[in-house]
Formats: sequence, structure tokens, C-alpha cells
Amino acid sequence: MIRDLFILFFGAAVVNNFVLYRFLGICPFLGVSKKTESAAGMGAAVTFVMTLANLATWLVYNYVLEPNGLLFLQIVSYILIIATLVQLIEMYMKKYQQVLFKAFGIYLPLITTNCAILGLTLINTIDGNDLISTVVFALGGGAGFTLALLIMSGIRERLELADLPKPLEGAPIALITAGILAMAFGGFGGML
Amino acid sequence: MVEPVVAAIAVMGALGFIFGIGLSFASKAFHVETDPRVDQVRELLAGANCGACGLAGCDAFSEAVVAGSTAANGCTPGGTDVAEKIGEIMGAEVEVTEPQIAVNRCRGAESVCGLHCVYEGIECCSAAALVGTGPKKCSYGCIALGDCVEACKFDALTFGEGGIPHVITENCVGCGACIKACPKGLFELVPKNALVHVLCSSHDPGKVVGKLCKVGCIACRICERACPVDAIHVVDELAVIDYEKCTECGACAEKCPKKCIEDRRPADEIEASSKERAEKAAKEKAAKLAEVKKKMAEKKAAKE
Repeated sequence: MIRDLFILFFGAAVVNNFVLYRFLGICPFLGVSKKTESAAGMGAAVTFVMTLANLATWLVYNYVLEPNGLLFLQIVSYILIIATLVQLIEMYMKKYQQVLFKAFGIYLPLITTNCAILGLTLINTIDGNDLISTVVFALGGGAGFTLALLIMSGIRERLELADLPKPLEGAPIALITAGILAMAFGGFGGML
Repeated sequence: MVEPVVAAIAVMGALGFIFGIGLSFASKAFHVETDPRVDQVRELLAGANCGACGLAGCDAFSEAVVAGSTAANGCTPGGTDVAEKIGEIMGAEVEVTEPQIAVNRCRGAESVCGLHCVYEGIECCSAAALVGTGPKKCSYGCIALGDCVEACKFDALTFGEGGIPHVITENCVGCGACIKACPKGLFELVPKNALVHVLCSSHDPGKVVGKLCKVGCIACRICERACPVDAIHVVDELAVIDYEKCTECGACAEKCPKKCIEDRRPADEIEASSKERAEKAAKEKAAKLAEVKKKMAEKKAAKE
């Protein structure tokens, strides 16, 4: 049981990393990965939303949608849940985490449309996980997202100091870095 | 078929209701006191998020004004009215600045300046400017693909005479978006009540300009001599008007052999002032002539 859960966590976090393997949630991955601190904050926020959203969607799916044969409402209701949770986090951060709130700027409300979260909830539904696996899967996905952001921000902080050819500065080198990172993560493929 | 529809509405309605209640409680619990003046200031602004104030947008500007880190008259589009109202909210006197508008300092349409190559690339000035010095013969000339028209959020720029973008005085608020958009740096902010403008940006020597463009400033200095108040000078091969000295008499525009100085006054006014000048010149000439005649007569009398 524990072993299965660990494999589920590891799979979501590393092998099938949401950003670098499934290519979901690229927007904050490139947008908030300039500083390690804000990357860590963003990772935490996304992990939190992922876990709660996955839990809530699991409950809604299993107790509301499926018994009533309303599977076509899946995406609509999931988006509603995610949007509500993001609103909640935004209010909380505005009150208690002013600095982080400022650092996130537009990327915080954009979690609403972060495909990593909707993707995770939909994959979770397709996989038919039970309640505990659902939470573990979301935590794994969040951890993987945070991991990708932290690695990227670490590299980008060093790239700031590097002497780059002018045309590569900024976005181009960030995209090249992301590509190489994704290839590196591709190396985990087939481990599970 | 009715049943799933009803069920769907009921389920989504219920979910939305529950979440709504949750959020409304949360907004009470996490309520943050904000300065009511921020909202008041925000409401006064144009809301175009043009960035003329140098901040990220109207929200950022209103916060900065209330925090005191930006001057209350920083909103260029809002102009004097908004600055005064913001001053009322903030309870402080506001220094009123003179309204400004942008002017495109080139009128070299294809018919008068011509192309030295045919540009077939991305339809925007910034891309066209990268190829050599742009498709126009004159390296300072307006490319006229409309980057500025696109950048203008106030409908103040249209393609005017010969396809050259033209600023509509009534709509322009002087936000400076076109200045940033133009790869040739043709736009400049000028006082809104100034009516005489040099519409050329070429710093090429007069001989070169003469060959390239029919309406380019050739730095002949005729305008300098025509100006009664010493307000126009040729600097670096280009005539420049000192708007503080200029009295809008239009003498330079009238005398300019290349017609690159524009007089925006109504036609009858231009004619009247031109007539007045001509009369004055004729009188002076007559007076001089009379004096010379008198002197000659005196000399003659002395000889005799």
C-alpha cells in the first residue's frame, strides 16, 4: 500500500513531471522562475490549490456527477472549483502575505487557468484513484511543479550573471534551458 | 431529455451557491482595509492603462498617487481636469501643466519622397526599419506602416495625406505611446496650443535632402531670417522652433521654399497675417525709398 502510494507520488513528481514531461503549466514555469524565492512561493501556492482542487473535484465527481449521470459537467464544475480556490488563496495572500502577493502579480489569478491543475484533476478522474491516492497524486504533482520551478529559477539566477550573446538574452535562453531540462527529465521515462 | 438539463442546472447552481457563500465569508475574514482615496482616484482616470505616467497602469498610478510617490498631475491623458480633481481628493494644490499633443515630424509621402526599394516583409514599421534604413529614400522618413496608429489607444492617429500617419489634435492626450512605437523617432510632444510646426526630421545636409525629398528641410535658413521674434533656428541641418518664443505668426511657414513648415491656423487667418506682413514690408520699403530719395535730394541741394 505505502509502496504503491510512493510510486504514485514519485511518478507524478519526477517521471511524469507535469511541467517537463506533460508540458502543462508552462506559463508560470516561465513567468515566475526568475527568482528562487518567488518560485518556491508559486510552487507552494500551486501545490496547495492542486491538493484542495483534486480533493474537491474527487468528491464532486464521485458523489455528485457520477451518481446523477452528469459526467459532461466535469470540466465546467472543475473550473468552478479551481477558480473558487484560487480566489480564496488570493484573499488570504493579500491579507497575510503582502510581499509574496506583490511578487506573484498577475500569475496568482492565472493559477485559475493553469492547465497543470485542471490537467491533474482530469487525469486523476481518468485514473479512477481512491481518496488517499487522489491526495497523494496531487501532492506529487505539486511537488513536481515546485521542483521544476526551483531548478529553472536556480539556473536562471545564474544565467543572469552569464555573458550571453545579445540575441539570446531573456526569453530565448529561458526557452532553450526549458527544452534541455525537459530532455533531461525525459531520461526518467520508462522507470515505472 | 429534460431531466439531465434540469439536473445539470441544479447541480451547477448548487455548487456555485455553496462556493459563493464560502467566498463571501472568506472575503469578510480576509478583508484588507484599503485607502478609499485609491478607488476615488482610480475612478477619475481614463482607464486606458497607457503607461504615460511611467507606472504599470491606472491601478498602479492611483496607488502611487495616494502613497505620495507620484505627482498628482502625472496622468497625461487626464490632463488638467483630472489633475485638479485628484488634487481635491488628496487635499493638495496641484501644479497644472500645459496640455501637450504629439506631432509626426515627417510629411514625406511616397509621392514626394519615394522609395529606394520595395519592402515585402512583416507589415510593421519596426520590422521594415531593420532592413537597411527602411524602404523610404530618406533614412529619417516615415515608413507609414502604422506602428503609431496601432499604438494609439485614443483614436488620435489616422493615415492622412499620402498615407502618412497624422495626429488628430482633438483626440490626442499626449500619452507618448506613438513616440515609443515609432522606430524612426518621428514623434515629439509639443504644446497643444502651438500651431506652427516643422514637419521634417532629417539631419542630412541640405544638398542630400534636396535630392531625396520634395518637402524636406534643406537648412537654408530662410525661416530664421523671416522670423520676427527669433524663435526658429537651424540646428544640425534642421529647422527647430522654440515654442516658448513662437508667436504663431506663420512667417516661416510662408517663406519656407520646401513647405516643410506647417501652419495649422485656419486659412483665412493665414491669409490675413500674410497680407498684413506684405503691407508692412511694402510700407517699410516705401519709407526706405523715401528716405533715400530725401538724402539724395539733400546731397543735390548741398552741391548746388
